[in-house]
Amino acid sequence: MRRHLLSAGDLTRDDALLVLDTAEEMRSLVDRPIKKLPTLRGRTVVNLFFEDSTRTRISFEVAAKRLSADVINFAAKGSSLSKGESLKDTALTLQAMGADAVVVRHFASGAPYRLADQAWTRGSVINAGDGTHEHPTQALLDAFTMRRHLGDLDGRRVTVVGDVLHSRVARSNALLLSTLGAEVTLVAPPTLLPVGVESWPVSVSYDLDAVLPKADAVMMLRVQAERMSPAGGGYFPSAREYARRYGLDGRRMARLADHTLVLHPGPMNRGMEITADVADAARSVIVEQVSNGVATRMAVLYLLLSGAGAPTEPAPDSGDHP
Amino acid sequence: MSGYLVRRTRLLGGAAIDLLVVDGAFAEIGAVDAAAVPAGTEVIDAEGTVALPGLVDLHTHLREPGREDAETVETGTAAAALGGFTVVHAMANTDPVADTAGVVEQVWRLGTAAGHCDVRPVGAVTVGLQGERLAELGAMADSAAAVRVFSDDGNCVCDAVVMRRALEYVKAFDGVVAQHAQEPRLTAGAQMNEGALSGLLGLQGWPAVAEEAIIARDALLCAHVGSRLHVCHVSTAGSVEILRWAKGKGWDITAEVTPHHLLLTDELAATYDPVYKVNPPLRTGADVEALRAALADGTIDAVATDHAPHPSEDKECEWAAAASGMLGLETALSVVQETMVETGLLDWPGVADRMSTRPAVIGRVAGHGRPLRVGEPAHLVLYDPSVRREVQPGQLASLSRNSPYVGRTLPGRVVATFLAGRPTVLGGSLA
Repeated sequence: MRRHLLSAGDLTRDDALLVLDTAEEMRSLVDRPIKKLPTLRGRTVVNLFFEDSTRTRISFEVAAKRLSADVINFAAKGSSLSKGESLKDTALTLQAMGADAVVVRHFASGAPYRLADQAWTRGSVINAGDGTHEHPTQALLDAFTMRRHLGDLDGRRVTVVGDVLHSRVARSNALLLSTLGAEVTLVAPPTLLPVGVESWPVSVSYDLDAVLPKADAVMMLRVQAERMSPAGGGYFPSAREYARRYGLDGRRMARLADHTLVLHPGPMNRGMEITADVADAARSVIVEQVSNGVATRMAVLYLLLSGAGAPTEPAPDSGDHP
Repeated sequence: MSGYLVRRTRLLGGAAIDLLVVDGAFAEIGAVDAAAVPAGTEVIDAEGTVALPGLVDLHTHLREPGREDAETVETGTAAAALGGFTVVHAMANTDPVADTAGVVEQVWRLGTAAGHCDVRPVGAVTVGLQGERLAELGAMADSAAAVRVFSDDGNCVCDAVVMRRALEYVKAFDGVVAQHAQEPRLTAGAQMNEGALSGLLGLQGWPAVAEEAIIARDALLCAHVGSRLHVCHVSTAGSVEILRWAKGKGWDITAEVTPHHLLLTDELAATYDPVYKVNPPLRTGADVEALRAALADGTIDAVATDHAPHPSEDKECEWAAAASGMLGLETALSVVQETMVETGLLDWPGVADRMSTRPAVIGRVAGHGRPLRVGEPAHLVLYDPSVRREVQPGQLASLSRNSPYVGRTLPGRVVATFLAGRPTVLGGSLA
């Protein structure tokens, strides 16, 4: 693997499978009485969050702590967008403090790429969501969750529904799932699909009902209600119309195959893109996604950090993966 | 005034000749007998250089007054001279805005005092570039700065009535409205060319239609009121088609293209390095091809740099937070050589036409863009197209460092620039 994890597109099929296999080992740790490995003892992981995301931050924090890393949470309120400290100065500060990895969440697409600049950061940079670009660890944990239930994802059909235009989850999933051989179909109103989506390695449909019966997994994306207002872009006429055409409700769920999973990256808008009965149904793996997130992020931190420098002890799948 | 004898330069890339410059004008062109030149004449060996008329830039941001941390009239015009320019049009988006006779006269005087090249201020079309009320265009035209080009560059004059009035009003003094064609509602928050890549990168798209729709509307308005329109920094293949159609009607419309739109494409945005952020944005390879073809066939009249200096803190940040714009004066001729001459699309007389003759006509700049003939003012560039150089930020005269060509190797080098017979650049350095 590369030194940074900035885009799901950076992962080769072998890289992705290595992360998923490693995550499987990490997950088995959860069942042990002492849920901690000494692997990253003495290493420092900084959670640099320019945007509030308690669930993602906590997930990375738990992951790093279970690997015995020291964790610093840095909630950067200002940024160069709001005329606070610049991203560069923040990066230089973290480097001076000896951060081995920087987990960054930022509202500007591409900010992790800037941070990964050689002159700014020496450690690894992990993209924990940047603007409307990508969220690669979310895609990894989604793939991990699907694989646990469906087995090998090669040839599996995954339907991603909702605000693809603004979704970093959709971009990372489209890239990672196609790398893993899955057939991805994006479903959205045409206004919420980016120009050029036809060049992505996916199929596109405007008709959810036509796609659902063939799906092995259905991933519902969060749709912000303000997208329908004129000030929010006027992407669709009303929440009710959106829910009618693109929401997953009990009636649509009944059309799914028995084995079909329902996923959602959270936080959900119950009643908008997903109804409560679907969210709480047996086939819904939404809560499991959260616990799998910790295992997946442990795997990513482990693979990125244990190769560089000296791990405290030989690990089961040691650092001969550069 | 002392004279200069330029030996063995190739006139517009043709046969090697000598140029004798006396009292600011060309006194003799051809085989000049060294024994016959006036005493005190300095001889310049220009073997291997191409002689071009002094370049005329229709689109330069000198940043003074207001942003002297990015550029000053002194540093910007020094960069211009080093790039072979003898006139630059200083854009109006300064602070205060160049929307009164007082500001344009100040910029003009600063240019004269610096002495590196002539400075023709561009006047704002509307007060404060706000797009609502016409600025005192007549006062600026009548001022010492003799403004003929008016532009709200950076902002589009998007209100159709305001644009119509501006086009009508400038007819009284043979002015031209230079439009930054960008439909604002279609480009709110836009970060890069809208296409396959913007969707993947999660950067909000700047669609080609936002430029093309304004150009089409303005062309129709210009024809309707019988005025003169200039389209700034054309960036799309669709715009070229509209221009070709409008010019085919015989309407008085001209257009410019920047060097960066002739060379660079939107794929550079994938680096998220804001040195490649510019407005209008870098477009696709197909757009680049169409722009080159349009410059070659004259549909696009001129190359204009859109030289836009920014201090490093406005570029060393997140893409969305960064300022738009790139340096251009010191690399323009090299980029044109690479994209137009080395591709066989333009010969050196063509380069002289697109970078000197036509922009001087568009800007109504008297005495510039003239043929290299005996009796004409000696505005001259000696350019060595045979060398190749790596662009290095430390070697730029501009106060700013936001050149997208840093680290790139470009062909050619300006050896000397003469402004009315006086060297502003000699031996590749400021004279």
